[in-house]
Amino acid sequence: MGAAVKSVVMPVTEGDITSIMTVVNRSSFSKLFDEIGSVDQVGIEERVAKFTTRSIKKGSKLWGLKTAVSMVDLTTLEGKDTPGKVASLCQKARHPSSDPEIPPVAAVCIYPFLVKHARKWLADTAIKVASVATSFPSGQSPLELRLDEVRTAVSDGADEIDMVINRGLFLSGEFRAVQDEISAVVEACGDAQLKVILEVSELETYDNIRAASFLAMQVIRSGDFIKTSTGKASGAATLANTQVMLEAIRDFYLATGIPIGMKPAGGIRTAKQALHYLVAVKETLGDAWLNSSRYRFGASSLLNDLLRQIEKERTGAYQAPYYFTEAAESY
Amino acid sequence: MQRIPVTKTPKVYVGGAFIRSESGRVFPVLKKNAAGTLLGNIPQCTRKDLRNAVEAAAKAGPDWAKRTPYNRGQIIYRLGEMLEARSAEMADALVISGAGSKSVAAKEVSASVDRLIYYAGWADKYEQVLGNTNPVAGPFFNFTVAEPMGIIGVIADDGAPLLGLLSQVAPIILSGNTVVCLASQEFPYPSIVLGEMLATSDLPGGVVNILTGFRKEMVPTFATHTHIRGVSAIVSAEEKKELGMGAAESIKRVRARRRGDGLDWMSEKSQSVYEIRDFVEFKTTWHPIGA
Repeated sequence: MGAAVKSVVMPVTEGDITSIMTVVNRSSFSKLFDEIGSVDQVGIEERVAKFTTRSIKKGSKLWGLKTAVSMVDLTTLEGKDTPGKVASLCQKARHPSSDPEIPPVAAVCIYPFLVKHARKWLADTAIKVASVATSFPSGQSPLELRLDEVRTAVSDGADEIDMVINRGLFLSGEFRAVQDEISAVVEACGDAQLKVILEVSELETYDNIRAASFLAMQVIRSGDFIKTSTGKASGAATLANTQVMLEAIRDFYLATGIPIGMKPAGGIRTAKQALHYLVAVKETLGDAWLNSSRYRFGASSLLNDLLRQIEKERTGAYQAPYYFTEAAESY
Repeated sequence: MQRIPVTKTPKVYVGGAFIRSESGRVFPVLKKNAAGTLLGNIPQCTRKDLRNAVEAAAKAGPDWAKRTPYNRGQIIYRLGEMLEARSAEMADALVISGAGSKSVAAKEVSASVDRLIYYAGWADKYEQVLGNTNPVAGPFFNFTVAEPMGIIGVIADDGAPLLGLLSQVAPIILSGNTVVCLASQEFPYPSIVLGEMLATSDLPGGVVNILTGFRKEMVPTFATHTHIRGVSAIVSAEEKKELGMGAAESIKRVRARRRGDGLDWMSEKSQSVYEIRDFVEFKTTWHPIGA
């Protein structure tokens, strides 16, 4: 790894970063691709098209739906969020349904300002409080401020931190600088688990997604996550870009023995999609990744559709979305 | 030069698009001529197709209900115009399906156009007739207004495959409801042609969705789907019971009329404002009278 980025000058100040960003360092990309390999675009897209053709019925479908519920990071990231909204979200996280067979979700994911409110409602549960930090979603503020945000969220009681990488630095080939920022956040996290958001739609190519995955995995800890998207940019998680990241996780695990978790986020709204994603995980990483300590869904409306399909399996009747709490639909 | 014959693949109209059944199944329908040649392989839709159609109707519903009643009336009128302009094609579809002789088919088409025009007129008037201002013992205005229910299922009549379907659909959609229809099982082809006319009639995609297939497979799902708020159906006694039981479970309004209960779609008696009333909800509000 070190050899690949030897030519890069470590930026010290924001001024340095800005000046470096104007020069795209192509050689650092080609060196990194030599090291980690590139992605076969057609191969990936053909592979993921197959995941959607698996026939999952009855018992295995129900198992998949319930497992997906236990992997949900129930998310609200809106400017209009209030402590009250977070309180009701936490209640939903604890008891997604009146059916005791349905497990609680893995975590609630919120803005740092609301962490202490969520902590209060989830104190006696195993549900984690995840907070986006580091100037989510753009990440475009001074490093010191971003680190302060992480420390504040952790001291307020966040168990998990979702950070964004600096896409500008990455695209200008400043890999060492990207990694240094991630390392600084790892340090600021302390015991909190870290999820590194690559914001794949801004990375443009599958090769870049694979490269950014490796850069992140090389500096985060065993059990930390890489995550596709903020959900705020135009593109979001797709089966294909998630598959690129899953294969990066697999290759990294085979080379180093360090397991890294995966969190697709943004655009996963239906139970059917969730099952497709679980198929991808099972067929790429195996059963060891089919639990909430290694796989999460970042979603707000997915949970309701999962509950709806579980209810459909139970009763045999298709359900209206408005029978489930916090549904936006009423027609 | 001899031309290669070009035949049409019948597709159902769902969510503003022409699709085939997710199952890939079809059932052959023969032309009613001496040779009995193949008219087409009609999609044999499943309960999953019904589920998808309901999702499409749910997506289209809020915008449709928000349009002004005047605009909904214009659009239904436009549908009448489209049917009038292509009445020969539709009559032909009825004849080759075997739904009736040439003169019967022509009558059914013109009656269908008239029915659309009739209900187009009601779109901005039914609220004045069905709604009310109620006298109350206090300084309040008290209004009762009609509101659309949401997604309504329609099960067509084999007796008049076009007129029987439109006579049910038009009064339901004009108040802002959306519909998912099961076309006549015996004569599905005219509904396929109707879908093609709906697509060119300014009607937003998803407001009217028409499925083809077997009643036996679809009626139970119409009954139990909880997102379908009401069902208007022309059914047998057995199907009526099945609808009633499923509707009791999913709490849904059912207007089931028995086949052969003296239904005469051609008659003017089968069109009225009460057909609209059957699928609206009434809301009563109180408002203080100012000084």
